[in-house]
Amino acid sequence: MISLNVNGKRVQADAEADTPLLWVLRDYLDMTGTKFGCGLALCGACTVHVEGQPVRSCVTPASAVAGKKIITIETIGATKVGKAVQAAWVAENVPQCGYCQSGQVMAAAALLSVKTSPTDADIDAAMSGNICRCATYPRIRAAIKRASKGLQA
Amino acid sequence: MKTIRNVTRRDFLKASGGLVLAVALPESLAQSGPGRTVLAGESAAAFTPNAFIRIGADNTVTVMVKHLEMGQGTYTGLPTLVAEELDADWSQIRAEGAPADAKQYNNLFWGPAQGTGGSTALPNSYEQLRKAGAAARVMLVAAAAEKWKVPAKEIRVSKGVVSHGNRKASFGELASDAAKQKVPEDVPLKDPKDFVYIGKPARRTDARAKSNGTALFTQDVKLPGMLTAVVLHPPRFGAKLKSFDAAKAKAVKGVQEVVAFSTPAADGVAVLAKDYWTAKKGRDALTAEWDDSSAFRLGSTEIMTEYKKLAATPGTSARKEGDADKALAGAAKTLEASYEFPYLAHAAMEPMNCVVKLDSNACEIWNGEQFQTVDQAAVAQILGLKPEQVKLNQLYAGGSFGRRANPKSDFLVEAGAIAKAIGGKAPVKLVWGREDDMKAGWYRPMYYHAIKAGLDAGGNLVAWKHTIVGQSILTGTAFESMMVKDGVDATSVEGAANLPYAIPNLAVELHSPKIGVPVQWWRSVGSTHTAFATECFLDEIARETRKDPYELRRALLTKHPRHKGVLELAAQKAGWGKPLPAGRARGIAVHESFNTFVAQVVEISGKKIERVVCAVDCGIAVNPNIIAMQMESGIGYGLSAALNGAITLKDGLVEQSNFHDYPVLRINQMPRIETFIVPSKEKPTGVGEPGTPVIAPALANALLALEGKPMRALPLSTQGLTFA
Repeated sequence: MISLNVNGKRVQADAEADTPLLWVLRDYLDMTGTKFGCGLALCGACTVHVEGQPVRSCVTPASAVAGKKIITIETIGATKVGKAVQAAWVAENVPQCGYCQSGQVMAAAALLSVKTSPTDADIDAAMSGNICRCATYPRIRAAIKRASKGLQA
Repeated sequence: MKTIRNVTRRDFLKASGGLVLAVALPESLAQSGPGRTVLAGESAAAFTPNAFIRIGADNTVTVMVKHLEMGQGTYTGLPTLVAEELDADWSQIRAEGAPADAKQYNNLFWGPAQGTGGSTALPNSYEQLRKAGAAARVMLVAAAAEKWKVPAKEIRVSKGVVSHGNRKASFGELASDAAKQKVPEDVPLKDPKDFVYIGKPARRTDARAKSNGTALFTQDVKLPGMLTAVVLHPPRFGAKLKSFDAAKAKAVKGVQEVVAFSTPAADGVAVLAKDYWTAKKGRDALTAEWDDSSAFRLGSTEIMTEYKKLAATPGTSARKEGDADKALAGAAKTLEASYEFPYLAHAAMEPMNCVVKLDSNACEIWNGEQFQTVDQAAVAQILGLKPEQVKLNQLYAGGSFGRRANPKSDFLVEAGAIAKAIGGKAPVKLVWGREDDMKAGWYRPMYYHAIKAGLDAGGNLVAWKHTIVGQSILTGTAFESMMVKDGVDATSVEGAANLPYAIPNLAVELHSPKIGVPVQWWRSVGSTHTAFATECFLDEIARETRKDPYELRRALLTKHPRHKGVLELAAQKAGWGKPLPAGRARGIAVHESFNTFVAQVVEISGKKIERVVCAVDCGIAVNPNIIAMQMESGIGYGLSAALNGAITLKDGLVEQSNFHDYPVLRINQMPRIETFIVPSKEKPTGVGEPGTPVIAPALANALLALEGKPMRALPLSTQGLTFA
């Protein structure tokens, strides 16, 4: 049994200790917003926040983050930054197939939490771990800048 | 967990529940979504004038979209057509995936089959959905006329409000009365000058759900008692399962079943557990022996060597004008070049997957469905059912780029075979890992192109002989009878056989060797290689004859105004011909695919792409924003392949497995893109694919201009080129 603090709630999952956080979220806790893309921390689709840091949940054993504050796409919109990012995503029509976008939103929210006015280089550095096969990158960049403006207004 | 009712067309016509399922799904389903599930308490539809529209008493207008939403915007573009003629308000529009029903929802360009592909979703629906919307509008107006006792022709409809003088009613208020009206035939459509939505950038209907994690993909479906299946495929294509030892897999705590399967696509062994991780551990512990006697054992190097030999022999004619051989023999000067293309994986973000629930006489599937009619038949075949006993529930697809429309329905029949192997005792979710997806085949084929050109004494292009070698995609598929004529697969030569340039002696020949690597259409299909070969070679000719690549194209395109139109627009917007600082260069390319015309100008400085200017002519621009998005997406996808995309084989084994050895484009490599749309009154054509094939030759032509070295093989990484 693994005890986790997910989205402000204490939850338990009857999963083996080596089970990655991604699969505990998806298969045990029925939180399917966080996506499986590669299983090797290569694509970023599984990005969640652990203690505010973006983490690839597909390679993070759930037991390793027991007791730590985990935030997923399901509640990031309840934070000021997450809300601004999601609003910007809709305003810029970012998603196409949409499968990678939970991870993109989580990565963008983590970036804007530490850098309220990211430069293009900051965006490249923070977002280049997140693959989008629809290549929505120009709109992701524009949405991050839009969210940044919104947060400063 | 909520009890939800899955809506089928029959359900809403009868307005009574059919299939009742208990499914654990994300909460916010009350929005646009494929196979959108309706909460049990939700009111029944009040007005369903046809198979495409459902207007609820709550004033929502639900558009049944017959095409898969895989990113290309069908859930926005197709509802726009309905909203336009219905004069609905965009905020009341919802999109919902249509069920599998080829009688109602066939692709009008594909005859009796339902499916999505070839950039046809919007063009084949353009009149069909406008007519559906117009008919519904007539019925709403008739209901209001009856209610208010006024002539129908005096009633106005605008933004979802029906009005006469001071009287007003919403669609929802009129819905039940409208349902009693006669369904009109042959309703006139709007004059394009009166369009309210067509031509405007309506917001995507799926943007919100895809920004907050609630959009539902196949990967997210969970049925009561469901088991997840993770599979072991043979390492080589065509290998058969000889034996397997399940002991170590069964020793993994939580593994419930280990079963062998055999489908027309592949053999394999599946390990099933309640969750993916347990099933994967079981699969990784499994050992199997394979019979390689009929397996494919060659490598990419051997295949290319064979293709080069074939190219030196006469092929099947795909186009013949004048006498290219004679003109080449008599030319003042000849040029030749050859181009090499690797296998490419689609690598959609959502690895292939499928959910299957078997009952005694039926099968229900949840999938991002791109190929309904083919999939129904294939799944029925493997399960011993009739196609109509295979019910398909449409979901969003996490990308596809062609992959989810598989000629042999590979991952669907695999899921079906596994469900059958466990006796249908539990619903099965087949989940491929990235490695399974990448090694499963169904690639864009390897190709080899050899082109010879003849010039007269004045440097004019008088002969062009183009030989293409590569596997046929369509042979053996449902499209064979329609699109393989006299031994020529139209998709092997598209973009080359219809070369638009005015060249008096022109020959295109094809060799279609049979190779045991499964191949498939990949975003823009034949144009992925023909555009590169033809457009790069044209630039080599321009360089040799000291002509400007843009002016040479213009001169050769006098009879093709739409090619010329995008070429001129892209050149103008990019400032073609204006001086550039030292170390910078531009490249240009133009290509038509799926009746959409695209030209791009790439500007580079050293190894950096500074800018891409894209001009597109896709007829009437239904949603300029989606068109721009698809051009950007196509450019990104094409650039990814051009820079790094390659699946290679050695001794029959695929050498790539995941994004570390099949690198794809990332945000730091994505160039700035400016898209311009040619104003047009022509019928709309698709935009999902045509942006893809143009970027690679435009980039290669910029490199030729900058460095003087022609690029003759993709990906460019094999030429020692990397772009930051």
